[in-house]
Amino acid sequence: MLYFSKLRIIFVTLFSVLFILIASSNLFKFDDNFFDKKINLGLDLQGGSYLLLEIDNEPVIEQKLQNLTTIIRNYFKEKNIKINNIKIDNQNIFFNVSDNDKQSVLDVFQDENSDLNPYYPRFKSHQLEIEDTGLNLKVNFSRQGLIKLKTSSQDQAIEIVRRRVDEVGTNEPNILKRGNNRILVELPGLDDPMRIKSLLGKTANLTFRFVTNDENDRFGVEKLKFENGLEEATVSKRIIISGENLLDAQPKMDTQANQTIVSFTLDRAGAKRFGKATSTGIGKQLAIVLDGKIISAPVVRDTIASGSGQISGGFTFQTATDLALLLRSGALPAPLEIIEERTVGPDLGQDSINAGMIALAIGFLLVIIFMFIKYKIFGLITNVTLIVNLFILLGVLTLFEATLTLPGIAGIILTVGMAVDANVLIFERIKEESKGESNNILAFDGGYTKSRTAILDANITTLLAAIILFFMGSGPVKGFAVTLGVGIFTTLFSVYFIARLFTSIYVSRNKNKEKLI
Amino acid sequence: MIAFNKYYNHFNLLSSVLIVASLLLLIFKGLNFGIDFKGGTLIELRASDSKINVGSLRDRFNQMDLGDVSVKKFGNDTDFLVKFENKDNKKNIIEEIKSNLDKSFGNNYDFRRVENVGPKVSAELLKSGVIAISLSLVLMLIYIWIRFEWQFSLGAILALFHDVILTLGVFSLFSLEINLSIIAAVLTIVGYSMNDTVVIFDRVRENLRKYSDIKIFELTNISINETLSRTIITSATTLLALLAIYFFGGEILKGFSLAMILGVVFGTYSSIYIANTVLVRLRVSQKTVLREDDQNN
Repeated sequence: MLYFSKLRIIFVTLFSVLFILIASSNLFKFDDNFFDKKINLGLDLQGGSYLLLEIDNEPVIEQKLQNLTTIIRNYFKEKNIKINNIKIDNQNIFFNVSDNDKQSVLDVFQDENSDLNPYYPRFKSHQLEIEDTGLNLKVNFSRQGLIKLKTSSQDQAIEIVRRRVDEVGTNEPNILKRGNNRILVELPGLDDPMRIKSLLGKTANLTFRFVTNDENDRFGVEKLKFENGLEEATVSKRIIISGENLLDAQPKMDTQANQTIVSFTLDRAGAKRFGKATSTGIGKQLAIVLDGKIISAPVVRDTIASGSGQISGGFTFQTATDLALLLRSGALPAPLEIIEERTVGPDLGQDSINAGMIALAIGFLLVIIFMFIKYKIFGLITNVTLIVNLFILLGVLTLFEATLTLPGIAGIILTVGMAVDANVLIFERIKEESKGESNNILAFDGGYTKSRTAILDANITTLLAAIILFFMGSGPVKGFAVTLGVGIFTTLFSVYFIARLFTSIYVSRNKNKEKLI
Repeated sequence: MIAFNKYYNHFNLLSSVLIVASLLLLIFKGLNFGIDFKGGTLIELRASDSKINVGSLRDRFNQMDLGDVSVKKFGNDTDFLVKFENKDNKKNIIEEIKSNLDKSFGNNYDFRRVENVGPKVSAELLKSGVIAISLSLVLMLIYIWIRFEWQFSLGAILALFHDVILTLGVFSLFSLEINLSIIAAVLTIVGYSMNDTVVIFDRVRENLRKYSDIKIFELTNISINETLSRTIITSATTLLALLAIYFFGGEILKGFSLAMILGVVFGTYSSIYIANTVLVRLRVSQKTVLREDDQNN
């Protein structure tokens, strides 16, 4: 226990110096890439916004089922099977077939090579489930079918969210999937998330449809409100062009009418359809519908064959900019709801950093003074170890570019308080051993060996708590788990390598001293 | 040597009373859950005008039809914490509040922190908090069971329950807010209390192997005394660190550090007066540990 080989001394020194250097790169600027790492500050320290969005998949499911009724009807029509009374109720499709056809319909749905009902070999499941209720046949999404649908709408939604956030231009946003129907958005440095929230709250489903007075329109009609919520118009369900046909959208100033507009460019297919619709529909009102509300419904005066046009609707420059942004980044597959929001202003973040640092300094000082008064020379050893430990801890956090949060700082302070435990266990044991042992070196040895199991047990229990916290906790609390957990390892290293090195030097120089501690 | 064992019965009685009192408080008074677990909206507001105070803020917010609103001072005289249910989960509630406050206070105030937790999320957070604490208790039980004999693990777990229940009892008594960071504090308490108990148990086991003629009643007392200075020093340094967080770490960490201060005090006490008395009551003897050793050989 007492003996330290030269190699080990060199290793311990180098290791400590390395981490101290890495830790200090938070303060100084190094040219070298390896040292140019920094601890990330959590949103609670640097200020910023945390938004948890949930995708409302109900409309997507409804839409898919709606499409499926048409597909089913057409599919069996080709096979000369007549589908009757097909309807959707509570996310199920119900329909009737003649008794003779029943089995062949069931077979189509249950065939592994069915082209109507895709089969996922990996999950041993079809997309759709069919059940004979006796009265009729019931078709709905299987569990796997629903999961597939959810993950695919999540994939699409995260892409759109990313585009919208990028367009606003915040620095280093963090956009992640959570489960299969949630998206986490972290926006550092943003103290007022109002604009992003309103941008993410819109589905941005844009359609151009004719206003009609004909209630018996072939495609069906619906009554829609204008943006102002006052007027109403009857609009055909036939979609001339939709947001998918847009190549670009920009806010512009219309100098003639002296108002802000959004000008747009259409893709080839869209331009063709738009041209045709505007040539046959001169004199009619073309409603521009966004998320179920009419922005404006201008009268078509001319054929527009150029594939570009403009939307006016009493915009301010800001609303025109946002609408153009939404149109450029595309429509969300389903509406998003913000189910959790946490925003911290940058000045509160700075206050928290200051308070945390003051608490760390004072806590550290108190512990150091206490240990010196209590243990004198051994207290000094503990204190030096404690300082090196703190640097190694910061170094490790820097090396892994961990995220430091306010509870994380508390975890560091707590580590300082608890780190002395291992040393105290050892010193107390040495003290006891030296009572019945005149040989200081043997007492020293005994102190280290006999305290080992207690130290190990004590640290493992704390580590277990930290691990659970890491996996169960969120955001700031996770930061606490990280510093507490990493702190245990750095503490054990500094106690068994650094403190022991100093202690062994001291003990071997005072072999014959009466009272060691 | 201090005769801790003289008071085993007294303190067991005291602890029992405290646990029953805490449980009664938890059942009948309940815990003051923050928005993390109850859902709702929290605004930390800093005022630069002396006209803005708890009274005027409360008046303003009560007019806005937000459900149950609570307005409190937060740290110094210019900082306030406003909490409300946001029952209907209105979307643009923050913007509405801002424009409403602008009317009465101009721009002499600033939102420093805004948190909005929907009902779904708060239910999930509560569930995962309960799971985390239960899981940590189970893991500790398993760990100590592997490392020691069952009598020891029973003692350690009882001490853990004691610490957690008493800490929550104090939070209930003073209606202190339970939020996510309190869950972190409770888990750390579990770790710390365990840590403290394990060190004494380690010594009890060592002494059990060493002395065959000393009764467990005496033996626990010897072990407590032998590890006493360590217990005091570690508790003292941990408390010093925690007190530094409590007094200088800012308002946000107050509840968190207070829970841990309580936990350390209860943890230190329970290692001595709960964990050890379980060993005494279960009549642990040298045989208990030797049997285990035989099995291992």
